[in-house]
Amino acid sequence: MVSQVEGSALWEIIALTIRVTGTALAASAVLGIPTGAFLAFTRFPGRRLLVALVYTGMGLPPVVVGLVVYLLLSRSGPLGELGWLFTPTAMTLAQTIIALPLVIGLTMTSLEAVDPQLRLQLRSMGADRRQEVTALLSEARAGVVAAVVAGFGGIISEVGAAMLVGGNIAGRTRVLSTAIVLETRMGEFQFALVLGALLLSLAFLVNILLLRLQHRIPYWPGR
Amino acid sequence: MEKRWIPVLAIPGFLVALLAACQPAEPSVLRLATTTSTADSGLLDAILPAFEEGYNAEVDVVAVGTGQAIEIGQNGDADVILVHARSREDAFVADGYGLARHDVMYNDFILVGPPDDPAGIGATGSAADALAAIAQAQASFASRGDDSGTHTKELSIWQAAGIEPDPEQAWYLSLGQGMGETLQFASESGAYTLADRGTYLSQRDNLPGLAILFGGDSIAENPDRALYNPYGVIPVNPDLHDGIQSELAQQFVEWLTSLETQEAIGEYGVDRFGQPLFYPDSEPYHQAHP
Repeated sequence: MVSQVEGSALWEIIALTIRVTGTALAASAVLGIPTGAFLAFTRFPGRRLLVALVYTGMGLPPVVVGLVVYLLLSRSGPLGELGWLFTPTAMTLAQTIIALPLVIGLTMTSLEAVDPQLRLQLRSMGADRRQEVTALLSEARAGVVAAVVAGFGGIISEVGAAMLVGGNIAGRTRVLSTAIVLETRMGEFQFALVLGALLLSLAFLVNILLLRLQHRIPYWPGR
Repeated sequence: MEKRWIPVLAIPGFLVALLAACQPAEPSVLRLATTTSTADSGLLDAILPAFEEGYNAEVDVVAVGTGQAIEIGQNGDADVILVHARSREDAFVADGYGLARHDVMYNDFILVGPPDDPAGIGATGSAADALAAIAQAQASFASRGDDSGTHTKELSIWQAAGIEPDPEQAWYLSLGQGMGETLQFASESGAYTLADRGTYLSQRDNLPGLAILFGGDSIAENPDRALYNPYGVIPVNPDLHDGIQSELAQQFVEWLTSLETQEAIGEYGVDRFGQPLFYPDSEPYHQAHP
């Protein structure tokens, strides 16, 4: 059996993996960090319920997310006119939904773990709300980066949703994780392992970058 | 800044990110929902470039089980389907989801299992008798169990044998997996299974624990007509959903059943396996080769 993944196709797969997961991660960070901060610093009726829902969302089975996104985007579903099913956009959407609760939940807990004395000090020094939140995010940056790392881990290797809403179309929606499933299905275990090693290397590189970020963020931004 | 606005401001950022992930819509993309057997065997990779060139189109192949491919067609998420489960194809057309079914090609199913054949199915005269022998011996049988065309065929043979296999019985293993995984499972665990000859041949080198025990070494030697495995192509009814590439789907059907494509199908795999993986079966082909 000739492998379905060769040469230039492999680079396309790696590029698409980076694009889809990178976009989903950026979207979930942009949405999730502020939401996590909001949940950490605000008290309102129903907050505990919301927090419980976020924690539950951290365990969402990707294939269930995939199924819901699939039914939404299907031509016989409510968003069918967008024509997003079996495109990288659909995969990005599904992966964003998978990563979002992880980013929100871990951002929230890391901010809540910041010494409450610091908030009092900041206020007594005359910091306004924005300065206060920025300073607290900076204080908790290790936890916030960990939240993004967890979100990344949840989606880079995810296969259930990517397969379902992407369709594993060669040259269009095939990413490393779905290619591994394809090669395994065809009995090409060795090549599947090579792809798995590539996926791990990619994850390793991204985590190195994120960890550098953890140390690079200046301690008191804007000062 | 009021803190509650932070999530609200994040939404435009999210939308921009989502748009960035959008691919520019390309003209004339045909979406084909088909079975793993046509895609994993390499057949589509071999013949589709001719269509893509000739019609300035791109074919997106979504390779899933026959059940899922039909579901995708019913939801209007593909323009054309190429599957192998005759009764369900006819129902797909009769229910108005598809325009018309056209014969494309056929191959056959075989029963594979441990080379020492503990249930003695090699001596039986029909597929139904072979399955009955497996049930009699309570030898392990791995079923696809995934609503695929092969699974549909397997169930019809059990029915012909007058046996209702029950996953509660220890010997009947319903895996819910694809053909490749099921063959690997059977090879590793010494179980029998029903496979399409094409997938088995293309993976034979990775399956040391299996041999063909019923169905012969080629389709000509297959003693049971019930194991015949025809593939049909059906354009999806464009009246049900917006956006279906009806014209291109029709052109695809004409191209797939044309004499030239049919001959390419009949030649595929001969150099590697000594026999074709699929045999041409379209009307134009039979007219040219009466």
